[in-house]
Amino acid sequence: MELRGKLLDVSGLKVSFYTYRGVIKALDGVEMWMDSGERLGVVGETGCGKSVTSLAVMRLIEQPGEIQAGRVIFNGKSLLELPEEGMNRVRGGEMSMIFQEPRSALNPVMKVGFQIGEAIAKAKKISIKKTYPEAKEMLRLVGLDPDRVLNSYPHELSGGMSQRVMIGMGLATHPKLLIADEPTSALDVTIQAQILELLDELARKMGNAVLLITHDMGVVAEFCDKVMVMYAGHSVEYASTVRLFEKPMHPYTGGLLLAVPRVGRTDELKAIKGTVPDLVDPPPGCRFHPRCPHVMELCRTSKPPLIQVEPGHYVACYLYGDKKEVREDV
Amino acid sequence: MSDTLVKIQNLKTYFPVKKSIFSRKLFVKAVDDVTMDVPTGSTFAVVGESGSGKTTLARSILRLIEPTSGQVFFDGTEVLKLGGKDLLEIRRKMQIVFQDPYNSLHPRKLIKNIIGEGMKIHFKISETEIRQKIGEVLQEVGLRDEHMFRYPHEFSGGQRQRIAFARAIVLKPKFIVLDEPTSALDVSVQAMVLKMLKEIRVQEKLTYMFITHNLSLVDYIADRVAVMYVGEVVEMGEKNTVFTHPSHPYTDLLMASNPIPDPKFQREKRLLKGEIPSSINPPSGCRFHNRCPYADQRCTDEAPELRERSPGHFVRCHYPL
Repeated sequence: MELRGKLLDVSGLKVSFYTYRGVIKALDGVEMWMDSGERLGVVGETGCGKSVTSLAVMRLIEQPGEIQAGRVIFNGKSLLELPEEGMNRVRGGEMSMIFQEPRSALNPVMKVGFQIGEAIAKAKKISIKKTYPEAKEMLRLVGLDPDRVLNSYPHELSGGMSQRVMIGMGLATHPKLLIADEPTSALDVTIQAQILELLDELARKMGNAVLLITHDMGVVAEFCDKVMVMYAGHSVEYASTVRLFEKPMHPYTGGLLLAVPRVGRTDELKAIKGTVPDLVDPPPGCRFHPRCPHVMELCRTSKPPLIQVEPGHYVACYLYGDKKEVREDV
Repeated sequence: MSDTLVKIQNLKTYFPVKKSIFSRKLFVKAVDDVTMDVPTGSTFAVVGESGSGKTTLARSILRLIEPTSGQVFFDGTEVLKLGGKDLLEIRRKMQIVFQDPYNSLHPRKLIKNIIGEGMKIHFKISETEIRQKIGEVLQEVGLRDEHMFRYPHEFSGGQRQRIAFARAIVLKPKFIVLDEPTSALDVSVQAMVLKMLKEIRVQEKLTYMFITHNLSLVDYIADRVAVMYVGEVVEMGEKNTVFTHPSHPYTDLLMASNPIPDPKFQREKRLLKGEIPSSINPPSGCRFHNRCPYADQRCTDEAPELRERSPGHFVRCHYPL
């Protein structure tokens, strides 16, 4: 079996949540892959499943959610088949994660030094006290004053500083992959720019790959090498960032880019008609078909597979169906 | 009608903070000496980071928060001195749409009651007329008549923001404050809401004050813009002037921090260092001096005035760019 990404290869991932309203089919055959040291952006609007994808990769989906199908190969290991202890070594070891709201992600009653040290102590099997030199070094790396911050509680830090602590904690064990779930959405633009710069600098220094989950096309354009666009639990388009912005192929990606305001743009914004579907009862076939301007009969009944239509450019859309199919949907 | 609809002069809103009974009295100077003119029939954007005082400014203008001192003239009437019936009438003319449409609509009221409540207070009209007006306004904002018999939870974020906007325009106001109206929405929904706001402003001859932290929106929607930093206006002018020739170092760096959705766009990396200071104890002199790449001794000692640099373009800086 050939892998598309050397570091991470996710295919056919299906996740559902069992709620009183019915079964929410949050992910329906998600595809995603990345190489070592790469920055992949996962973009999409609320409810498209971008956060669920990252949680599923980490195997952090909790009841009432369930991973129903799919394969996640990370660094040569099939994560969905690992026993729980094995998975625990991966989490916070080879793969770590930072979240959107840094202040609620930190434990409010533990000092920062302890929280960073905990990750290192677990990975190295040493006592937390012994990790302090390393924790200090990490704090210095993320641009904080280690002597001050090491003994601070999270409430003494600003939002930007907390996110720096989270990044330090995430990278303390030198993971191969850092998953960042909307790391700057709760921050002001000037702080956002600082944090993105920091992630960029550290990734260069430490050689880790970054999986950046965001809804902000501007952030993707500035930070990522490759982009995966998601819509209602489907992976709809994958390409290099430059390529995707230059020549979006999927009608959803095209629509999304036309809806983004930017400085220097005063022409009319074009909105995508309709709304994101309810995933309890998603539309059959391509989930975008009720809003698609190019909808065809086939789109209503069958889900288009994610195929490579040009080198390195993958699209899940029947508009490009005549091209050679590289990969069947799982 | 004059050219200036809302005239704000030396407006200050301070909130007392109590450290202990023995310490001297401290204040959060949320809005500190703001002077600005909002021209009739335009969109005036107020931009700033969290803690810059933009929301407090808007609420002080509407007297949802009582300002500490200063004057606000609405169409020539001084708002801060009004009371009783006159205040009620001015409240009809000045409306607000809040940021979070999930909290700004009463969850247990029908849409018709949410939109109709204001009309019951301000207009002496019959129930049938109210019903008819609600139907009309719902269509105007892109919803349907029958939606008036539903509850807020039955609507998406974008639809709720349309309802909040319908509630504002149904009273035929002249001035609407839009406090981050799209920051809780997805981009594709945001595009629709912004488009609607723009169209209705022209149709109903409204004046907007558009509060946002997102510079990209300003270029799309606004005519004039004021940039706020720690309670003060640091730069103000025509949008095109401010955006093409930012004169205050803060505006300049704020624009440089704003991510551009174009991977080919190469810009020099210029980061704004540090974080926004507390408005309890703002830095001496120019409030921006500790983060400013061009600051010198004068900036630390002496607070700059907001000066008119070219007609209609104001900058609060000793050494404008």
